[in-house]
Amino acid sequence: MGSAGGVGGSGVIYEVFRQERKGQAFQHAGSIGAPNLEFAEVYAREQYGRRQESTALWLVPRDAIDELDDFVDELGRTYHRVDGYSLKAKLKEARERAAARSG
Amino acid sequence: MSEDEFLEYVQGGGQVETRDWMPDEYRAKLIKFIEMHGNSELMGVLPEREWILRAPTLQRKLALTAKVQDEVGHAQLIYRVVEDLGKPREACLDDLVSGRAKFHNVFHYPTKTWGDVGVIAWLVDAAAIISQKALLKCSYAPYARIMKKICWEESFHILHGRDVVLTLMNGTDEQRELVQEALTRWWGPLMQFHGNQIAREDDPMYVWRIKSQGNEEARQQFLDGYVPQIWELGLEVPDPKLRKRDDGVWEYTEPDWDELRYVVTGHGPRTADRLDLRRRARERSAWVRQVVLAEAA
Amino acid sequence: MNEQLLEAADDELVVGWRDSEWTGIAPLLEEDVAFSSIAQNEIGHARALYELAARDLGTTADELAFDRAPGEYRCSTLVALRLVPDWARTIARRYLYEQADERRLAALKASDDPEVAGLAAKIDREEAYHRMHAQMWFDRLQDEPRFLEALEKLRPLVDDRGEQPPGLAELWEEMTSVRRSVAGATW
Repeated sequence: MGSAGGVGGSGVIYEVFRQERKGQAFQHAGSIGAPNLEFAEVYAREQYGRRQESTALWLVPRDAIDELDDFVDELGRTYHRVDGYSLKAKLKEARERAAARSG
Repeated sequence: MSEDEFLEYVQGGGQVETRDWMPDEYRAKLIKFIEMHGNSELMGVLPEREWILRAPTLQRKLALTAKVQDEVGHAQLIYRVVEDLGKPREACLDDLVSGRAKFHNVFHYPTKTWGDVGVIAWLVDAAAIISQKALLKCSYAPYARIMKKICWEESFHILHGRDVVLTLMNGTDEQRELVQEALTRWWGPLMQFHGNQIAREDDPMYVWRIKSQGNEEARQQFLDGYVPQIWELGLEVPDPKLRKRDDGVWEYTEPDWDELRYVVTGHGPRTADRLDLRRRARERSAWVRQVVLAEAA
Repeated sequence: MNEQLLEAADDELVVGWRDSEWTGIAPLLEEDVAFSSIAQNEIGHARALYELAARDLGTTADELAFDRAPGEYRCSTLVALRLVPDWARTIARRYLYEQADERRLAALKASDDPEVAGLAAKIDREEAYHRMHAQMWFDRLQDEPRFLEALEKLRPLVDDRGEQPPGLAELWEEMTSVRRSVAGATW
């Protein structure tokens, strides 16, 4: 990921992740420009917590984040997904057979 | 992806992220639109901040400070989005204070009394929120995402405005007159706020799905939601033609589009001195940014 | 005790007022948001302190905050100064004020009155963030001559409590202008 806001801009860009309530996952909330982590902490606290709307925040320099966004499934690996199984017809047949045997 | 394919994609509800390919025109229009929003949040602070100092109770002082704080926070979020699209914040601020960039009409007008404080927080914010809700579906995802936070925070602004207005309306004759007088002055700019009646199919913002609503749609929504609220308090709207037809459409006197154009191109009653205030504050604090950001470079 | 409460409340009210003058025009947008929270906290502290004093004096926090004559306020010279748009002096004042306030809160926390002690403890916990913020800026600006000069000039004013601190009368005029425009009204 690039950092468009570096020199002459807002300093170091930190991505902010917030946890709304204990037990919930941290979710990406936005980004902050700050000279360093100390300032970023103060600013993130205000921007994402002044209404007590978060129980916790993670701050990560944008440059530290590694993004992957190309996933390939050329041959259709449906066998390990729920949508790879169509049981309706088979179930109907099996029920009919069972009914016929006991009937 | 070709430009046509991109258009089809966004018109079909497709979302665009920062690193995705986008047509130059889309990027340029996006930057201009979002930048104007950021500028408006920042300029919107100036008419209101004087009243922070004059707020007549501790509660009002706190609420107004918090409201303005939100607006500055929104400006920060918005300029970050613009920066990730390629235009640094300092360039946006340069263009703003030099008059090269625009901001919404309502922030070019003066505030004269405590009545303005109530009317602005109630009605100007209401008009803005209607537009902002329509941006929740913006094709450019980073902007749509910050709009969620912005809309959520704006929800208390209208309540604060309504509370101020209702308290005044339940007060003395003098206090009621403050509201009526402010409403009379603000009605024109409010009616111009959502822009002229360009058909949404002809509006590039709608075509690219940056906005998901046409100007007239927004204005009708505003009238439908807020005129009944205004009338039920016994307040008069200074437009004898204003009425709701049987088919649900609001009729009104054609807003002064010349005034709108004149004001947003930098000739509003307060444009010059507010930009001046921004420019001077920025110049006086340049050394702070240099000291503080030097290490980060 | 009410004297002490009013002194603390008046200081918090006026410094909060002065700090809120930066809303919208601080050197960095992020700082604007953070600084505004500090101002709101201070006004909030003032309100809580006034409410405690008002209880004994048979009045309300708003009446204590707004309806006294300028000569009746017990705030220090330091807090009443209008420092906008000078950031060096503003941070210098923040820094010096937080140090003095910490000492005062320590005394209030030791009060026999459980409500006073309890409120002082709550305020102190919020002030921890103010102190962090002030220290952060101190560390950043400590090599700047204008900041060191500001500290030197403002330090003697911390405990200076006169009859009419300069700047207070003007502040009071503006602060009470709407409230006085319709006497006795609800806002």
